[in-house]
Amino acid sequence: MRAEAAFAKTRAEDRSALVGYLPAGFPTLADSIKAVDIMIDHGADLIELGLPYSDPVMDGPAIQKAADRALAAGFRTRQVFEVTEAVAGRVPILVMTYWNLVERYGVDRFARDFAAAGGAGLITPDLIPDEAGEWIAASDAHDLDRIFLVAPSSTEERIASTVAACRGFVYAQSVMGVTGARAATSAAAPELVRRTRAHTDLPVGVGLGVKNGDQAAEIGAYGDAVIVGSAIVGCYLESEDIPSGHQRLAELTADLAEGVRR
Amino acid sequence: MPNPDPSGHWGEFGGRFVPEALIAALDELEAAHTAALADPAFTTELEALGREYGNLPSPLYFAERLSEEAGVEVWLKREDLNHTGAHKIRNVLGQALLTKRMGKTRIIAETGAGQHGVASATAAAYFGLDCTVYMGEEDTRRQALNVARMRLLGAEVVPVTTGSRTLKDAMNEALREWVASVDHTHYLIGSVGGPHPFPMLVRDYCRGIGDEARAQFQERTGALPDVVAACVGGGSNAMGIFTAFLDDESVKLYGFEAGGDGYDTGRHAATITAGQVGVLHGARTYVLQDEDGQTVESHSISAGLDYPGVGPEHAHLAATGRAVYEAVDDAEAMDALEKLARTEGIICAIESAHGLAGALRLAKSLAPGTRVLVNLSGRGDKDMGNVVEYFGFAGAPEKKGDRA
Repeated sequence: MRAEAAFAKTRAEDRSALVGYLPAGFPTLADSIKAVDIMIDHGADLIELGLPYSDPVMDGPAIQKAADRALAAGFRTRQVFEVTEAVAGRVPILVMTYWNLVERYGVDRFARDFAAAGGAGLITPDLIPDEAGEWIAASDAHDLDRIFLVAPSSTEERIASTVAACRGFVYAQSVMGVTGARAATSAAAPELVRRTRAHTDLPVGVGLGVKNGDQAAEIGAYGDAVIVGSAIVGCYLESEDIPSGHQRLAELTADLAEGVRR
Repeated sequence: MPNPDPSGHWGEFGGRFVPEALIAALDELEAAHTAALADPAFTTELEALGREYGNLPSPLYFAERLSEEAGVEVWLKREDLNHTGAHKIRNVLGQALLTKRMGKTRIIAETGAGQHGVASATAAAYFGLDCTVYMGEEDTRRQALNVARMRLLGAEVVPVTTGSRTLKDAMNEALREWVASVDHTHYLIGSVGGPHPFPMLVRDYCRGIGDEARAQFQERTGALPDVVAACVGGGSNAMGIFTAFLDDESVKLYGFEAGGDGYDTGRHAATITAGQVGVLHGARTYVLQDEDGQTVESHSISAGLDYPGVGPEHAHLAATGRAVYEAVDDAEAMDALEKLARTEGIICAIESAHGLAGALRLAKSLAPGTRVLVNLSGRGDKDMGNVVEYFGFAGAPEKKGDRA
């Protein structure tokens, strides 16, 4: 199931989509599958599985900690396909990954195995279209979405060339900074979404900083998708045990899903 | 032929593997650097600064007693005599002057042992720029003196508590901070790594080492050296001396990486010799990584070489065979350090001792009278703690080796 399937549904319902992010293998391999099911049960429209990496330069403390924990428990790249296979079918499943992990696995091989597991596509925070020749070919060959990022600092020219390379949706990094829940969302976000829309009909998802239903509603007013990561990871980092983390995640997702429906 | 190509690649190496948020700043930096190098006002100011403040050009020194022992002519490019004690002053003065030219008011830097941090803090003090240095928490403990130097120079030192708490994590943190402050902050990177244009830019500011040495060598001997050798961590001192000789086909170029406890132990920092092609800190290059592409921790007695990546231009020189890269382990490097001290009265940095050790090993297979130029990239004052522990001189020999 590709990303377009989710956006067709949310468009018909005249609302923005809720995208939930969680590193595969966190809080444990089995519980990452459970967590994705919880998010889908409570209203997430798309899922982003993070691939834990030793040097996540775009992530703030929460996601770094989660990735470290998954790696310390022995997480292997190929396990992201297990997680994908276990949760695919209800909503589109994307993988967000730093590029070296895909390159090491083999770009075409990764695309093939991910597509076979039922995955929708990749979000690549440190791969710009200029360097993505091999990935563009592999994603074409295996019918996968490819989501590149635009940022407040992107020139018009770069927004145009980036969205031209995207398929599925465009990821608008709304804050100049790393991932992490923030008290106030960025004022630069609506402007970035407006500039991006001038160059494409693809849905524009807004990431970085959302932690509750009110912020989701605020971003949902102008973005086609609200992407939530650090706050979801925080459900487990801030809970005594995994069952209470699952409980918090259910509550958070329900709040966020209500937000995008306001 | 442009070097690198217009998109910042040397063959398959280099490029830009960073968030889109940084691309505009990298474009701005590349344009500013290119314009600055073409502007006589900039180059004249930088040269005067190097001369009057940095103690440049550094001397070329014929090491007579060492040559007798080695059986070849050993010539040393004395970067250890520069202000702040290493070639690094060239890079920081160039980038700091460029920072002023771009109208930015703050620099950030990463540092391992603290040498690049001290050099950056020095340049920031000179130019009146704000300076924040990211340093792994582990390293701030091991290198307390350098932390004190940076603070005395007015810099803020931020201990990095993520990942392995060493140089690579300090670099991650500097990149994260740069995304958030890029409108007024320049990332003064410490080596020839990172996304384009950094590897080119740092090389351009360090290439004076080789330009000077080539002219000095010809003036003194009427010829070129047969071999040029340097240590390679990220590789800025090596690119600095190699660049002038790249087109001299008769000159063989050797880079010596840190072999740590020994190549076979897996505890080393020999990235080109033992790593695989991958992407780290914004560039495609050789990386010490596991089967999945997770970065593996490096090990070396020399903090300045203790890094699991290497500059992409070195990767290209290795892949094309223009330069040869070999590993030198801790013990060989420390032997060379001692030999240089006893034959020439020069205490060099442990980093530089790797380059010298490699050259001395190579000398055994060279014809007598072969002219070998070694970049003595830094001085050893900073390393006396390690020296005491390693050799057990004075101090407290019961602690020998526990910090290597």
